[in-house]
Amino acid sequence: MNRSSFERKTPFTVSHTRREFLRDAAGLVLGGSVLQASPFVRAESARKKRKIVVVTFGGGARDQETFAPEGQENIPHMLSEMAPQSSFFTHVTNQGILGHYVATASLATGVYETLNNFASVAPEHPTVFEYFRKELKRPSSDAWVVAPSNGFHRIGESDVRGFGPGQGARVILPKRLLGLASAGSSGDFEHLLHDNYETPLYTPALVGGEVELQQLETILKLSVRDFASHARTLSSPDELSLYIARQLMREEAPSLLWITMHDIDVAHSGAYSLYIDGIRRTDRLCAELWKAIQTEPEYAGNTTMFVLPDFGRDSDFDAGGNGFQHHRTGDAASRTTWMMVLGQGIRQGVVYDTPVQSVDLVPSIGAIMGFSPSQSNGKLIQELV
Amino acid sequence: MLPPDLTAESFASYPTEARALVVKHIEGIRRLPITFVPSLLRELIDYDYRFPIERKIVERELSTISGLSEAELHGWFGSFAAISVSPSLENFNWVNLPAQFVEQEAAYLWSTHQLDAFRKAATDYGDRLDRVNKPEPLPMHRLGMAVIGQGVTTYTAPLFRNLRKHGTYFTNVRAEDGLEALVAALEKRAEAHSAPYAHWYVDGGAAATHGGSITSVSYQALAPVRNSLLKRMQAEIDRPGMGPEELRTVLARLNPSDLGVEKNSDPVLSRFELKLFTEGSGTQIYSTTFAQWTARETLRRAQALTLLVRFAPRQRQRPMNELLAGGHGESELDPSGSLVDAEMGAYYHWIDQQRLPEAEQSGFIAWFEGHSEAVAIGPAMPRGAESNTAIEMEKLISLVSS
Repeated sequence: MNRSSFERKTPFTVSHTRREFLRDAAGLVLGGSVLQASPFVRAESARKKRKIVVVTFGGGARDQETFAPEGQENIPHMLSEMAPQSSFFTHVTNQGILGHYVATASLATGVYETLNNFASVAPEHPTVFEYFRKELKRPSSDAWVVAPSNGFHRIGESDVRGFGPGQGARVILPKRLLGLASAGSSGDFEHLLHDNYETPLYTPALVGGEVELQQLETILKLSVRDFASHARTLSSPDELSLYIARQLMREEAPSLLWITMHDIDVAHSGAYSLYIDGIRRTDRLCAELWKAIQTEPEYAGNTTMFVLPDFGRDSDFDAGGNGFQHHRTGDAASRTTWMMVLGQGIRQGVVYDTPVQSVDLVPSIGAIMGFSPSQSNGKLIQELV
Repeated sequence: MLPPDLTAESFASYPTEARALVVKHIEGIRRLPITFVPSLLRELIDYDYRFPIERKIVERELSTISGLSEAELHGWFGSFAAISVSPSLENFNWVNLPAQFVEQEAAYLWSTHQLDAFRKAATDYGDRLDRVNKPEPLPMHRLGMAVIGQGVTTYTAPLFRNLRKHGTYFTNVRAEDGLEALVAALEKRAEAHSAPYAHWYVDGGAAATHGGSITSVSYQALAPVRNSLLKRMQAEIDRPGMGPEELRTVLARLNPSDLGVEKNSDPVLSRFELKLFTEGSGTQIYSTTFAQWTARETLRRAQALTLLVRFAPRQRQRPMNELLAGGHGESELDPSGSLVDAEMGAYYHWIDQQRLPEAEQSGFIAWFEGHSEAVAIGPAMPRGAESNTAIEMEKLISLVSS
């Protein structure tokens, strides 16, 4: 092999490139020089109103198609509108299993979960939603997950004693709702309702359905007909997820809202143009969500938003993979990502290249909201508090 | 079962030639750790259906392993032996289902945080093997040719951005008869050095006219196999208890005859074609993915001396609102999206070629079909350069082949 032709990427070079680019393109400053007193307001009264929105920029995007110079054309909204308002972490690593459900579960528990990525199982450790509700005595309506596929329907809570069933987040699966709402119509649901792109021909079965349809009417204040009708104007499942999230924000105003995007994972089909389309769409949707946060009365001025991919994708140069198509090699490109944090209490226009891990998210949310995720293995990201 | 327990009878269900080869080297295989042996058997079990170069490589690998002293064996495989597997993996039927074992082993290594150690052990092993088993000199320099953008009349975005820095970007290539010139070059090379599976033509649509001495694979010609496979997959999915892992196991066990491939066809090629669909992801749906993956596998496995890949428009991905509206749009094509897919596919074609022996001497051309843009890479081509000089395709081929 002519290895000299290839640029070997380490986690450091990946994040370094990202930092340099952001500094040049968006006029951001490096974080080391601004570490000082926290801008967070720590009063309990303020915490009660504090809201957190987490968006996983999914499923899995590489630097070269996002924050590296050659990828900038794909993320105009994040780059020009959001990055200047954010604290940007250039070096986020995921040391766990690189499957979307298990990685999202790890993000949500603060522990590298080892569950079967394709099984219908709960996380093995308490989730951020359980810590939040238990310690802060919040009702079930205050923590919600909007997720793309049936495989995520148990992401809201673990089976751990002292936490567990009924104490986590309520989970809403927009694609499943759409399937139920449109039952009997002439649409081509066989393609639309594919559960995920890693195993595109397989959709795990869920029991029930009535409760979910009731959610439309009672919680989201949407008639089945209006929901199905609006869905017909949208181009992708992630657009539908954003629509549902916005409806939730208006009707329920949860303090902890977690949205898992997934359009990008079409990359598993091997069509590069569709992967790029997915990134551009997700970029636009993140900006739309951020604008919605700033205009919704319950969220404006008191919300912190986290945007991060669950992980990257394989490098073009790792012979064990097939480039952007999958995330199977465990190489630096597939493990190293970024995180953008915006909103209340966050320093604006700062780039941090301190290495952090994806499991550090939960302790950091805990510090902001005022609860202790006792079983998390992650560390508090000091730059956020 | 563990490797020391292996006997000749353990391989009774292996195809004839594979069984003979394994039995010949069974003493050497018995000394290896379980974390390594199934990966080796995954290559051996299909020995009867492997390309000549693959057979030669695995024969040399087995000879090398069998010749290692105990001390050398520890140096070569100590890091594999240090990796643990679960009792259920040990009890798995890894002799007869080595590919499935490797897949389950990968999941186990991920969950026990041993994947990085395994990657390092595998990389070190590969490097050692490369140092001992030097490849034979090639009879001719390798040549890759990628043709992209079929059906696209205008495209304003810059093309070949990833490839340009490795060669010269031409903006005034004479497009007339360009494809014919590339096919002619392929045929000429096949005549100059005739060898089985050495010269390939892969087409993402219908193959252009070409000579019989070339190994040819096309998306259109394989439509019956593809459709048969998709029907089979759907039937399996509808079975109770079927999941993703079970489905992969079913696919791995398929034979060409299961999908109606004629019995008198080339067994090596038909097995290769089947694996393009059962092991590739998206190859069953998008012709651009099929062309890229086939190029990758042709280089990785057959180590083609000449490979011409022509991308064709794939079916259009229908947005959600169209799917909800109903109707069928499968015959609708997406030429411009396919061009973007193919541009990346051409880049991967070059990368895959660079992984093979004598890469520094190899040549590569990527051409926007019907247009005047091409990039040419070779030892004599300036890197990162651009040329607007009028040039014939034949001349371009000779430049990268020199």
